[in-house]
Amino acid sequence: MGLRKKTKKTAQTIKKATKKANIVPTLAPKPTFELKVGLAQMLKGGVIMDVVNAEQAKIAEQAGAVAVMALERVPSDIRKEGGVARMSPPELVEKIMSSVSIPVMAKCRIGHFAEAQILEALGVDFIDESEVLTPADDEYHIYKHSFKVPFVCGCKNLGEALRRIGEGAALIRTKGEPGTGNVVEAVRHLRQIAQDIKRVRMLDESELMTEAKNLGAPFELLMKVKKLGKLPVPNFAAGGVATPADAALCMQLGAETVFVGSGIFKSESPEKFAKAIVKAVAGFDRPEEVLAASRNLDAAMRGLEIKTLPQEELMAERGW
Amino acid sequence: MKIGVLALQGCVEPHRKHIEALGAELVEVRRAEDFKNISGLILPGGESTTMLKLIEHFQIWDVLKEYAEKIPYWGICAGSILMALRVTNPKQKSLGLMHLDVERNSYGRQVDSFEEKIDSYPVSFIRAPLLKKLGKACQVKASTKGNPVWVTEGKHMVTTFHPELSLKTPSPFHKYFAEKIS
Repeated sequence: MGLRKKTKKTAQTIKKATKKANIVPTLAPKPTFELKVGLAQMLKGGVIMDVVNAEQAKIAEQAGAVAVMALERVPSDIRKEGGVARMSPPELVEKIMSSVSIPVMAKCRIGHFAEAQILEALGVDFIDESEVLTPADDEYHIYKHSFKVPFVCGCKNLGEALRRIGEGAALIRTKGEPGTGNVVEAVRHLRQIAQDIKRVRMLDESELMTEAKNLGAPFELLMKVKKLGKLPVPNFAAGGVATPADAALCMQLGAETVFVGSGIFKSESPEKFAKAIVKAVAGFDRPEEVLAASRNLDAAMRGLEIKTLPQEELMAERGW
Repeated sequence: MKIGVLALQGCVEPHRKHIEALGAELVEVRRAEDFKNISGLILPGGESTTMLKLIEHFQIWDVLKEYAEKIPYWGICAGSILMALRVTNPKQKSLGLMHLDVERNSYGRQVDSFEEKIDSYPVSFIRAPLLKKLGKACQVKASTKGNPVWVTEGKHMVTTFHPELSLKTPSPFHKYFAEKIS
């Protein structure tokens, strides 16, 4: 009886709290993992752009972005200003959601499932559990299978990618050093994953368990990678992409879509850069088309040499 | 038989296993020259606003209209938006290949995406649009939640759902489309 009373009271409290926060709990059944990966499939062959307000979101949509990432500050500003970087305010994300018809993504801190719950209640289409924000948990990531909304996570190698997929990520991206305008880390991660996959394909079944141990990857997912010859979810590039040529490079190295953060709205002509990068991704396999996309652009964002960054400022090191 | 898939952006590769299971070949279609030799064209899921920009970029608007007179088209989700007569929520340009209106994102956002069985085959509705104001020549092949989701008109057809994401090959919809071609 006591327990029942308590449960009833808790339910009322939750109801009250959700009403206050304007959260409408939906009764729809939880989607399968495949439905979440489905949206990632729809975003292939495109450009996802970081935006900090509704005007930028509209520019991105007009330029042909497949989705936008709603942020309070782009990574280069986060890097410059320092301090704790958190989830963006709900009003900002909401404004961006109502200004465009394409999917809207938003970032939460690594391990911060309460931020993720808020973003899900807000109705964002994808959550990026991102190293760009200050991690909230230095040991664990979010258990993403318990959410209805799909997640994207960054990774530097196959082991990290499969740990995130094991936790429920429906999309994987590289962890190129954000806000630097320097593509070297994204390239390293794309190549690393490709090499790790090649190796797994060569190994026979009896060698896979030790490989799983060495990579820190779930065995069943490693078996799947061996069978498929690629990741079981789409693989996008992110971090440091600043020019049409950078985007074409990532696509040729096997990325299926490109995230562009500071590269567009920190360039001298965001509109031109946005359109040019969309064109470069669409025609990435034809140098003459990437050339055409690269013409008559103003200055790209100013880049940072990653070796000059102190170790503790390297965002790619975040994630476990 | 060569079946083209408009490969400007979006969900292209998952069609391959269905098309190959039918003994046909998938041809990626981006540029005007890719339309030669295909006997049907799938306009896949993805983002219709992006596809419109890229149709302009690759200068294939007229080619798409021209080939619609010759070969069957199948628009899936974003593809159905491209094929519509009119598009709402918001308004945008379309090829006008079938007599129907399409309202974008009518079921809501990704958290409202759902799975359903159509003709006992599992399919996904992902940020799906709604087909409205169907013309007299349109034939509703399937409905769900009271809304038409699979419609044919002459040699063309649209589905607002994705059968290509399901694993059992070939999907009955790919099979139906292949029969329309031959």
